[in-house]
Formats: sequence, structure tokens, C-alpha cells
Amino acid sequence: MIRIFSILVGLFFTVALLWSFGNGAYNQITDPAAASAEELFHKHPKELALASDGPFGNFDRQQLQRGFQVYQEVCAACHSLKLVAYRDLKQLGYNDDEVKAIAAKAQIPVYDPHTGEVKSHAGLAKDNFPPVVYGGQGSPPDLSLITKARHGGASYVYSLLTGYAEQAGFKNEKGDELLKKFPDLKTPEGLHFNPYFANLNIAMPPPLSSDGQVTYGDGTKATVGQMSKDVSAFLVWTAEPELAKRHQTGWPVVLFLLFATILAYLSYRNIWADKKH
Amino acid sequence: MSFPWANEYKPSHPFMQWMDSRLPLPRFVYNAVGAGYPVPRNINYWWNFGFLALICLGLQIVTGIVLAMHYAANAGIAFDSVEHIMRDVNWGWLMRYAHGNGASAFFVVIYIHIFRGFYFGSYKPPREMVWLLGVAIFLLMMATAFMGYVLPWGQMSFWGAKVITGLFGAIPLVGEPIQQWLLGGFAPDNAALNRFFSLHYLLPFVIVAVVVLHIWALHIPGSTNPTGVEVKTESDTLPFFPYFIAKDGWAALAFLMIYCAVVFFAPNMLGHPDNYIPANSMSTPALIVPEWYFWPFYAILRSFTFDFFFIPAKLMGVLAMFGSILVWFFLPWLDKSPVRSGNYRPLFRKFFWFGLIPSVLLLGYCGGSHAAEPYLMLSQIGSFYYFAHFLIILPIISSIERPDPLPFSITESVLGHDGNAALGAAA
Ligand code: HEC
Ligand code: HEM
Repeated sequence: MIRIFSILVGLFFTVALLWSFGNGAYNQITDPAAASAEELFHKHPKELALASDGPFGNFDRQQLQRGFQVYQEVCAACHSLKLVAYRDLKQLGYNDDEVKAIAAKAQIPVYDPHTGEVKSHAGLAKDNFPPVVYGGQGSPPDLSLITKARHGGASYVYSLLTGYAEQAGFKNEKGDELLKKFPDLKTPEGLHFNPYFANLNIAMPPPLSSDGQVTYGDGTKATVGQMSKDVSAFLVWTAEPELAKRHQTGWPVVLFLLFATILAYLSYRNIWADKKH
Repeated sequence: MSFPWANEYKPSHPFMQWMDSRLPLPRFVYNAVGAGYPVPRNINYWWNFGFLALICLGLQIVTGIVLAMHYAANAGIAFDSVEHIMRDVNWGWLMRYAHGNGASAFFVVIYIHIFRGFYFGSYKPPREMVWLLGVAIFLLMMATAFMGYVLPWGQMSFWGAKVITGLFGAIPLVGEPIQQWLLGGFAPDNAALNRFFSLHYLLPFVIVAVVVLHIWALHIPGSTNPTGVEVKTESDTLPFFPYFIAKDGWAALAFLMIYCAVVFFAPNMLGHPDNYIPANSMSTPALIVPEWYFWPFYAILRSFTFDFFFIPAKLMGVLAMFGSILVWFFLPWLDKSPVRSGNYRPLFRKFFWFGLIPSVLLLGYCGGSHAAEPYLMLSQIGSFYYFAHFLIILPIISSIERPDPLPFSITESVLGHDGNAALGAAA
């Protein structure tokens, strides 16, 4: 009885699935969905090698300081970094006085619930980076977690920064020309063509456009590629400040467990030595 | 209950004797996981996963309680409170990564545990109750994991909650009121977040209670084994302590090693980047997907793309998704083959390895992809087989299949001969 019932229920579901499958297949054949411009022309992030990669990865503090400088001098005009506190910058190798000096340059808005006024004071080491008021087109996301919040992480940020291209004449690997295939998809006014961005047109104007846009204190040549790399590395740190400690703790933990596993395995073999199973 | 040859607890120390006659807790432990519990000597490593599940449950509870000390269930600050744990709480990042990846590890372990049951017929008499309680645990685990994923209040949290609670909206007539009642509003917000947190803290302890029943029920007949032949004599078994403690112990350490490697070196491997974007009801993510362990069920949900007679496609999907787990409850009565173990069921074995496993993997793959072709057609194929397997194929093959000859006993299968086997044959 239960089996007959079960087979009937089974037929109910399987026939309903065949019905969906048949309709779907029919639609596929009569009216196949055309590939979209994003599918054909969106590019996957470039390769980017950073010191923080891999299970041995550690931060290159010199690079993080350069990246921080790029953030401060360029990105901070539009993007906030609200999960990071000035005191955290000590991890980049700045000393207390330097951190205080960096913080003091910022104005931290404080809302006073008694008067309803927003007052501001000069930043202290304990403060987080302040919100940024942006008046242009689009809404710049907070960058604190950006490398964790996008597929491809730092490589994606790096590719985005270095990936702006001329839309006219842009071809994909197969040699198809975007504007020939999709003549209506000219980048709208105020947006910028960038094949690494999900929908190909981003509101952010190319933030790093000329070599020497910042002047590095350590003598590194500030090419667009170098600045992009440095700021991407910095954004890995803002997203995962624990990364270096995580890797350093991970090794002893895993090696200890390996050792314990081997000992436990040997004692298991010993206990079972005369027992067939 | 146990086998007549089980060792008896004989406390030698006066204190333990005193204790035993007042609160026989040591006796209970001795009979449950000590030398007083005989276990089939031939169980293989697939039988380690129940123990690993216990470890996962313990890990989740411990790390979860620590996280709850620092987490704030308020839609305005939940996301930032999680980042506070990651950045400012001592070892907070470790607790959070351990808990998040612990959920994944738990599901890896539990899926292996369940499929062990499918293959070796562990659900068959006399272990139906063990199985039914197991399915109940699995449903509780799914609810717990779903609500836990909402707590960080990222984009996937929010949209996942919206999609899943939206499923209740598919119920005719009462669907929408139910959905609003569950959420405490029209969309997930502070009310939903708070009740999810409350339940996410409660359900693991309900799971603990059901696990106690699960193991209690198991210890009445004891475990089955790869031959599926029930224990007959003392030589078929070895005591849990020290033999199976040693075996479970080393496997548990090996498991923890792999788990820690993920936690320390690739903690975001299994997560979705969108959940590091704060929840935003105004911006729909390009792809809304649950965590990987729900993908097969999500694929089943989405594979009903056309209305079936008067039943809307969405309702069919919801019925099928819940049905795909509820059928497990009926399994002991759908598969009536008297032979338990797949090792002795040639036809069943083919359907298991070439039907069930590939279809579930296919569904998992599709469930993590866009709801577009070819993934829809592939999930329709996967779902088709899935339902056919449990509801049609199993009932039929269990009556037409010719099983391979079984060994007389566990002892015979281990030693190649069994003194009692000759007696059995003579009698
Ligand atoms: C003139 C203002 C401006 C400056 C300067 C600027 N950005 Fe942006 N950025 C934007 C805007 C606007 C968006 C939102 C784009 C959109 O959604 O179309 C954005 C988006 C982004 C994104 C997210 C893209 C995505 O996938 O959503 C990243 C990453 C980013 N910016 C990095 C940077 C970095 C790094 C710098 C400094 C080198 C920088 N930006 C400087 C305005 C700016
Ligand atoms: C929190 C989750 C769970 C825990 C802690 C748990 C624990 C255990 C333990 C310790 C055992 C004995 C060791 C073993 O056979 O692996 C066991 C056996 C068993 N479990 Fe679970 N279990 C859980 C979930 C489930 C689920 C979800 C199912 C099925 C849907 C299930 C079905 C079974 C069955 C059928 C057995 C008997 C196996 C046999 O004798 O062959 N369990 N469980």
C-alpha cells in the first residue's frame, strides 16, 4: 500500500519536472537566450601577487604604508574607511606620535543627542576614519571590507583601477567588437567604461590616471600600476587586519594536530594490534 | 539494553561504589561509551562520522556562546558588531571563523553520516527510530544554520532571509499572513533579526536533546555494520573502550587538523563575498544563493519553472524542496529489502553510485549557479532522478533484486570462518 502511494507521489513530482523540462527545452530551442554584453565582454581579474597571499602570507608594511598614502591622498576624497581606527595604523609600522599626527588631520563629526547639533573635533588615535561626503555621480562604497566583498578580492581592485579602457574599438579575446555587437550600449554620460566592472560602466572616474600622482617617501616609483598594487595591498589589510596573526597561529596549531593525529593513530594501531576487523 | 556479554560496571573504589548506589552516572557512561558497550568489530571508517558530528555540535555551541557575548542583534548595528568581533575582540576573528566554517564542517560530516545510512541500510528495522530522530536533527540543523546566516546582516543574510521566508508566501490563501507573522513585518528587519537570534541560540540545545534520544535509540540494537548482518555472539563485537575510543579519537584529530587548516588559511573559501556588504533592502544582489550546504535543495526548489495544472510553479518548488527531505522519514518503509548493506545488493548499489550520488552532486552544482539555462534543465534532470530514486526505484528494486549471499556472521566475514557457522549449518 505505502509503496503504491509512494510511486504515485513519485510520478507526481517526476511528471511535473518533465513538464518543466519540456517547456524549458522547447523555449531554449525556439527562442534561445542571447548572450548579454556583460557575459561576452566582462573580464576576469588579472593576476596579482601580494606578500599576503598563501598560507605563509604576511604583510609588507612598507607597501601598506604606500597604499595608505594612496588611499589618503586619492581615494579618501570619495571613499570612507569606517571600520578602521587610527590606532590600527600602528600595525603598519607607524609610531604613536605619527598615528596621532595622522588622526589629528581628520575632523570627526560627533552628534550631540541633547542639542541635535553635529560638532566635530580633531581626530584622536581612538577614533575611526570619518564618513566622507560625496556629491558626484554614483555612491562610492566604504572600502574597509572591499577586498572581501568582491569576487577576486585584491586582484579585482587592482584590475579595476588599472582596467579603464577606451570603449570605442574595444574587443574581447574572441575579437568581437563591443560597439559593433551592441551599438546601443555606448557608455552613458558621466560613467566610465571598465571591462572589469560587473556591468562594464562604472561611476568612478579613473582615480589613478598618471604616474607620479603621489610622491612616495621611500623612493618607489609611483607608476599607476605600482600605486594600484599598493592600495590593493592596503585594502587587504583593512579587510583582514588579523591575516598575518592568523597565518602565524595556524601553523603551530595545524602542526600540533598533525603530531597528535600521528600519535593517536599509532596508539590506535597498537590497541587493535591483535584484533582482526 | 545491550548484549548479554557486555562487561558489567564494577566500581572498586569505595567512593565510586557509594556514588553508583546513589547516582549511577559512572555506570551510565561506562555502558554508553565505555567498556560496557559492545560494538560490531568490523565497522569501517564511515561509522566514525556520528562521533565527528558530536564534536562539531560541541564546537558550534562553544564558539557560538562566545560570539553571542559580543554580538548585537539589532539591525542597525549587527553588521558592525560582527566586524567589532573580527577586529577588536581578542581572538574574536578565530571564534567567528571557527563558527562559520564549523557549520560547513558539520554539514560535510552530517551528509557523509546520512549517506552512510543510505548505503548500508542503517534506517532499516530495528533502527527506524534512530533514523527518524536523525532526520529530525537534520531539519533542526537546517533551520539553525539558516537563521545563523542571517545574523551578520550582510546582503546575503538579508536577501536569503527574504527569499526563504518568501517561500511561505507560496502557500495558498494563508501564505502571506504566515510570512508576515514569521518575519514580524513585510520584509526582514529588526523584528526578524531578533527572533532569529533567539531561535538560533535555542535550537542547538534542542538538537542536543534529540541527539541524546538518537544515541539512546541506537544503543538498544547497537550499530549495524558493513555486512548488515546483526551481531550474534561475543566474537562479533569489541568493547567501545578502548577499541572504538581509539579509532574515533585518531579520526577526530585528523578531522580537526583539516578543519583548522581551513579556519586559519582559507576561512572565506566557502563563504559568499556579498555577505561582507551590509544589508541593503534597496539593492538586490546579482545572484542570491544560500550557503553551499543548501544548494541541492535550492536547486530542487528552482527546478519547477512551469505551473503544473492548477499548481503554481513556486508552490510546486516549495512542496518538492520540503518533500525532498520529508521522504527520508518514509525510507524504512519504502525500501523493504531484508538485506541492509549495499555491499550485498548489486542492483541497489548501481543506482546508489550512478544515480543518487551524481544527481545530488549535480543538484548541488546547479543550486550555486544562476537560475538560468543550462542550470535549470540540469537541475530538472537531477531532481527527476532524486524523486524517482526514493519514491519509485527503491520500492521496486527492493522487491525484484537478487541480493548476493551474506556471510553467516560478522565473525565469519572477519576471520573467514566461524565456529558457530558450522553449528548453524548443521542445525
Ligand atoms: C571621484 C571620486 C572617487 C575617487 C577619488 C575614488 N573613487 Fe572609487 N568609486 C567612486 C564611485 C562613485 C564608485 C561607485 C561606482 C559604481 O557603483 O558605479 C566607486 C567604486 C569603487 C569600488 C567598487 C567597485 C565595485 O565593484 O562596486 C572600488 C573597489 C573603488 N571605488 C576603489 C577606489 C580606490 C582604490 C580609489 C583610490 C585609488 C578610489 N576608488 C577613488 C568614486 C571614487
Ligand atoms: C547532530 C547530529 C548528529 C549526531 C551528533 C549523531 C550522532 C550519531 C552517533 C554518535 C552515532 C553512532 C556512530 C555512527 O554510527 O556514526 C550515530 C548513528 C546513526 N545516525 Fe546519527 N547523528 C546525527 C545526525 C544524524 C542524522 C541527520 C541522521 C539521518 C538523517 C542520522 C542517522 C543515524 C543512523 C541511522 C545511525 C545508525 C548507524 C548504524 O548503526 O549503521 N544521524 N549518530
